[in-house]
Amino acid sequence: MAGPMKMRATLAGGNTDVRVLMTHPMTTAQSGQPLHFIQTITVKLNGKPVVEAEVSQAVSRNPVFSFRLKGGAKGDKIEVSWLDNKGESNSIEGAVA
Amino acid sequence: MRGLCFFILALFSLSSTGQDAKKEIQKYQQMIAEGSPVELYELEGETLWKKPQGPNNVSLEKCDLGMGPGVLKGAYARLPRYFKDAERVMDLETRLLYCMETLQGRTHKEATQRVFGNDDRASEMEYLSAYIAAASRGVKMAPGMSHPKEKEAFALGQKLFFHRAGPWDFSCASCHGEEGKRIRMQDLPVLFKPEAARPVVATWPAYRVSNSQFKTMQWRLNDCYRQMRMPEPVFASEATNALNMFLTATGKGEPYRGPGTKR
Repeated sequence: MAGPMKMRATLAGGNTDVRVLMTHPMTTAQSGQPLHFIQTITVKLNGKPVVEAEVSQAVSRNPVFSFRLKGGAKGDKIEVSWLDNKGESNSIEGAVA
Repeated sequence: MRGLCFFILALFSLSSTGQDAKKEIQKYQQMIAEGSPVELYELEGETLWKKPQGPNNVSLEKCDLGMGPGVLKGAYARLPRYFKDAERVMDLETRLLYCMETLQGRTHKEATQRVFGNDDRASEMEYLSAYIAAASRGVKMAPGMSHPKEKEAFALGQKLFFHRAGPWDFSCASCHGEEGKRIRMQDLPVLFKPEAARPVVATWPAYRVSNSQFKTMQWRLNDCYRQMRMPEPVFASEATNALNMFLTATGKGEPYRGPGTKR
């Protein structure tokens, strides 16, 4: 089971700042353990993908990401999801505040 | 004359480098505090707090942390304190252990099997501590200091703090007793001075960036004893509670702003 996620989306001068925390071990090849890391992150604004990010092993455990989206309004729906190399995934939904 | 000038300049630049290093360390600490995964531990802790466990199959939601059964708001800021039902001074983890045994009916052995986690998985105590401590954000730290048992714990903790022992003849004060000392990036606060203890008390328990682990005060004390090459103190023992009481009471008065994020 994937651990919890936490997200904050706030309006800042006509833009929307999204900040999201993810629980993930992000195990690298150097650790000697099986590789386990987030590969893609998708951010959707009102159901429409606005960010597609490819992530490598070079990201820390329990990572935090922030994105600045153009536009956005109070109450807009933001969805952030990740998919890792083992096919596990998790997502979180929230409204712009 | 010229030589003297150079000497003064060299001195000046040396001391300003020291200042810069301190500033850079502060900047670094601020950067890691933003976007700290502490909140993830709080969420996990909430789940555990509400999860029925043990032979009695009940959650910890009825656990009395000193403000009444189930009251979390500000409870951490009043710990450690004397608990009448247990007839002893308890810090957060000791109290949680008490609730696990009395409410959930778990054995001491089972409940203390894995009190400190690792980077793969935090312990139940660590998750719970994150959740409960977070409910005291903004509340002034004010541990119990009026009951005779609380005063007794403070005095014992103070004694332990300065008590030198072990193969290296160390006491807590060997590292935390002199101004301006640090190990690598970590300042070593003089913990018997309120002004140095306050920011420490206001930010533990805390997430450690360097090893991606959430750590509690019982762990901190335990690890200090390991670093001093002393025998391992018993989890939730009178001694660790007394030390925690001494530290918390010394650093009382600052609003809680943890769980913190450390190097």
